[in-house]
Amino acid sequence: MRVTCTINGELRQADDVWPGESLLYILRERLGLPGSKNACEQGECGSCTVYLDGLAVCACLVAAGQAEGAVITTVEGLTGPDGALNTVQQAFVEAGAVQCGFCTPGLVVAVHDLLARSETPPSDPDIREALAGNLCRCTGYEKIMDAVRLAASRGAQ
Amino acid sequence: MEFLRPASWDEALAAKCAHPGAVPIAGGTDVMVELNFDRGRPEALLDLTRISALREWGLDGTHMRVGAGVTYQRIISELGSVLPGLAMASRSVGSPQIRNRGTVGGNLGSASPAGDAHPPLLAGDAIVELASVRGVRQVPVVDFFTGPKRSVAEPDELISAFLLAPARGPEQFSKVGTRNAMVISVCSFAIALHPLQRKVGTGIGSAAPTPRRAFEAERLLAGELSWDHPIALTDAVERRFGELVAAAASPIDDVRGTAAYRRHALSVLARRTLRWAWDAYRTEPAR
Repeated sequence: MRVTCTINGELRQADDVWPGESLLYILRERLGLPGSKNACEQGECGSCTVYLDGLAVCACLVAAGQAEGAVITTVEGLTGPDGALNTVQQAFVEAGAVQCGFCTPGLVVAVHDLLARSETPPSDPDIREALAGNLCRCTGYEKIMDAVRLAASRGAQ
Repeated sequence: MEFLRPASWDEALAAKCAHPGAVPIAGGTDVMVELNFDRGRPEALLDLTRISALREWGLDGTHMRVGAGVTYQRIISELGSVLPGLAMASRSVGSPQIRNRGTVGGNLGSASPAGDAHPPLLAGDAIVELASVRGVRQVPVVDFFTGPKRSVAEPDELISAFLLAPARGPEQFSKVGTRNAMVISVCSFAIALHPLQRKVGTGIGSAAPTPRRAFEAERLLAGELSWDHPIALTDAVERRFGELVAAAASPIDDVRGTAAYRRHALSVLARRTLRWAWDAYRTEPAR
């Protein structure tokens, strides 16, 4: 099966796709986009969060064929064309919100989505609710909260 | 394994007729887990996300007709005031990422006893619309579930929509889990007050082989509630209601909790949600 979709603004094509594989597998193993992480494969951890047609979703739960014709933005697509970090990524670095780093790409997309949906800086309960589907096994949640507040204060929304 | 991608509802029904073993997939929050863990290898996947008709909702006579492909997120943001009990349950589903993909149609299709949408659908007397090339039939949700992950849907049928009357009285949903997000419920309970019919609907989740109603508990309230002069409920009525809800369940011991705990927790959820709903009715009787 061939799957064609727009990823980070580029039309991409994957061939010989097995119909039961996930969008995450296509991104990582067929298209060389390893930013989205593969951890739980059941939607529990949020490490593979990407935008699919404008909505934050777990790429591991999207069947390959469901991505046909879709517009996808991965964490790689959030940096500037020169590789410059966006406001959310910069805030994660400055706040020390990155420990082992495995949950970071999913969190960056989830935070980007939260701030894009927020007209004013989100409250702490709003942040916790929005990030409830992203697990950090280093348990570095307080620094992640700091990073979101910092990004919001810089007008990332 | 084949991947079937019908562009229209008629094509989808024809595909399901030709491939009765095909597994329908919408948000993928159940189906993809099975595939990722290689727990099953269906002959085909039938992708329903291209069918725009499944994503529509609207008033159909006295009921809201909600397409099977409407996501939890849209139920919360677009139908929260019309179907408040279902919206409450939808808010408790998974995480934002899951609510952006998961659908009530998929919840019904999986027919898990733990499906979060099921208790409010039971409490609201919802109707499930099943379709095949043979035609369309409507099944009351109380008759829809036949066992754990089993329903009356025939192999050639697809769920097209559910019908649920707009709330005319207060509705509540409550669920017990190990944390607020991303949990399969240990047990859950929904209640809907129907002031026009002077009755109460209930739904129990995760505490029997199927989601089910607590009929005896409903009958108790039909006799006890004074709809015209709504006075506060006595502790005795609340407690009896909780006992009857717990008695209607037939839970098992499993990794999420014991049967005894589930019965106890259900009686507490029932008492609390009844009080919240009745107090809301006393404040604002008509809707």
